[in-house]
Amino acid sequence: MAESRPQVALFVTCLVDLFRPSIGFAAVKLLEEAGCRVAVPAAQTCCGQPAYNSGDRADARAIARQVIETFEGHDHVVAPSGSCAGMLRVHYPALFADDPAWKPRAEALAARTHELVSFLVDVMKLKKVAARWNASAAYHDSCSGLRELGVRTQPRALLSSVAGLSVKDLGVPEACCGFGGTFCVKYGEISDKIAADKLKDVADTGAGMLLAGDLGCLLHLAGKAKRDGMNLAVRHVAEVLAGDDRTPPIGEGR
Amino acid sequence: MQTTAHRFTEKASAALADRELQGMLQQMRVHVPERRQAAVDALPEFETLRDRGRAIKDHVIANLDFYLERFEAKVTAAGGKVHWCADAAEARDTILGICRKAGARTVTKGKTMVGEEIAINAHLERHGMIPVETDLGEYIIQLRDEPPSHIIAPSFHVSAAQVADTFLEHHTHLDPKRPLGDIADLLSEARGILRSRFLAADVGITGANFLVAETGSTVIVTNEGNGDLTQTLPGVHIVLAGIEKVVPTLEDASTIMRILARSATGQEMSVYTTFSTGPRRPEDPDGPAEYHVVLLDNGRSAVLGTEFQDLLRCIRCGACLDHCPIYHAVGGHSYGSVYGGPIGAALTPALVGLEKSLDLPNASTLCGRCESVCPMRIPLPKMLRNWREAAFDRHLMPARARWGLKLWAFLAKRPALYRRISGAGARFLAWRGGKAGRIASLPFAGGWTRWRDLPAPEGETFQARWRRERGGA
Repeated sequence: MAESRPQVALFVTCLVDLFRPSIGFAAVKLLEEAGCRVAVPAAQTCCGQPAYNSGDRADARAIARQVIETFEGHDHVVAPSGSCAGMLRVHYPALFADDPAWKPRAEALAARTHELVSFLVDVMKLKKVAARWNASAAYHDSCSGLRELGVRTQPRALLSSVAGLSVKDLGVPEACCGFGGTFCVKYGEISDKIAADKLKDVADTGAGMLLAGDLGCLLHLAGKAKRDGMNLAVRHVAEVLAGDDRTPPIGEGR
Repeated sequence: MQTTAHRFTEKASAALADRELQGMLQQMRVHVPERRQAAVDALPEFETLRDRGRAIKDHVIANLDFYLERFEAKVTAAGGKVHWCADAAEARDTILGICRKAGARTVTKGKTMVGEEIAINAHLERHGMIPVETDLGEYIIQLRDEPPSHIIAPSFHVSAAQVADTFLEHHTHLDPKRPLGDIADLLSEARGILRSRFLAADVGITGANFLVAETGSTVIVTNEGNGDLTQTLPGVHIVLAGIEKVVPTLEDASTIMRILARSATGQEMSVYTTFSTGPRRPEDPDGPAEYHVVLLDNGRSAVLGTEFQDLLRCIRCGACLDHCPIYHAVGGHSYGSVYGGPIGAALTPALVGLEKSLDLPNASTLCGRCESVCPMRIPLPKMLRNWREAAFDRHLMPARARWGLKLWAFLAKRPALYRRISGAGARFLAWRGGKAGRIASLPFAGGWTRWRDLPAPEGETFQARWRRERGGA
């Protein structure tokens, strides 16, 4: 019996590993409840986006080769992030487009890699979750998940099954939140303005909670909301789907 | 091309503090994408047309010499003349020469971004001629001595009240107490002033949205009709266009036209679409006696065959600006280039050099919304990343950022060491966050904490907790 269950390697992502392990555990809970066996390869660090988006192609390739080797031999690779999953799915094959040895391995990994919520819905055919959450939540579509992976309806579908939760769409749902990786520290003033616009859209929905599928965006938006004294609970979508209400919202004390 | 792109952060900062500008940008952020989306939703074959448009342009770019020579042969056969200009200076002097030969005093201009690119107005003024912009937006910024802030809405950054002030300052022959409170007053005044200029013009300069190789025609689309008056009333018509504007056939031009206006303004078509082929023929009721086409290279052919070649597909619709979070935050002038927004950030380094415009490809979140709306499917984020790679390879990145990146990459390539360092980091930051669960200021992280709190880590990394709870499975 056990052998027939799909085997999933969790790509934790460096931000979840460092800042918010509870998202990783929420992901494991959701994957196991959906019928998967979950492994966490120890030799993982980061997907390499900081190097890739800073123009350091050599280091991006070196890190990508390490990820490809580490995650070979699993049925699926799942990340609780559209940005990191997009890196593996879309950008690794591009990085090795001219490398006959690594291109097929990059493409094989890309084909097996998924963002968490879209994996649950599209591959595991999950229709609903058992969680209950009495709140009104705005959902932010993170850019890479939305445009590189087509993650849009899947989180909304599962969130609609959370008892007590109502989900609000933002005024300009396709707009970036201004995180952008190193962009948010290199061009902090511009990043801050884009975050302010996004949080204004959130406030306009009247929701007391903000959800998204990428911790980078969430750390940035939660940090801005806290700095501005805004009363907003910011969480990763996996926490809500897994019913993890013991972990305090991002940027709040226990 | 003149550029102040090296002052990007300073200009962006000023733009962020400009409340009037911010109000206009906020309107654009919310409403302009809605108009485009409505137009796209009403045309089921829109995505198919994007694919066809891209294929047409890719074919032309791969055979650019063939189609340009065919275009020249057709223009010549129709009685016109094509001038090949390698750079901005050559284009300026060519146009000046034509104007001088015509004994020109007044030169009217339809909207042309290439005209902005080569700064033709200043050149004509220096040589005693009076260039007059006849597109209302261009006319306003000409009076204000400003560059355009948007590819298709050059005076986007100017409010109606500011236009009224500008008119009061410049139209001194009119009653200073005249009402200028309504948009209609402003339009009527501009129309009256421009009408006399159209009639006085000796030469008319227009741009081109397309150069049609099979007929030698040039095509412009406008919403004001000013282009028609500019090119039919004076004795000499000069068309100024980049070499990438050529398409093989009329059918190809109309295919791309179907996505151009929808992407640009949400219109099905622009109000005026004008085809011009050669000078006035004996049987024509009107038209210019001379017809010139000035073809500008100015760095474009150098992009052929490089990783930036896709940029040559651009049809200057402005959709990438309308959907860009950076443009929405800082407006067009911050880019310090004739071309702003994502296309400007990708194109300007090719035109003026990466050293002079280093911020432009870096000041992007790579959110990809530009690529998702580009009618020509130009992979703009990839283009920006290509420039970042060029900057990294040429050591243009600040040394501190480069070393920070190298240190991080050193750790990321050594998982065991990385786990020890990240474990210590998580514990330290969790301690710094204390009961509040967030950090308001942190040495070496000022780039983050100057603008926002840093949510504190939970304290134990996922990897450590996983091994503790699950025994490293």
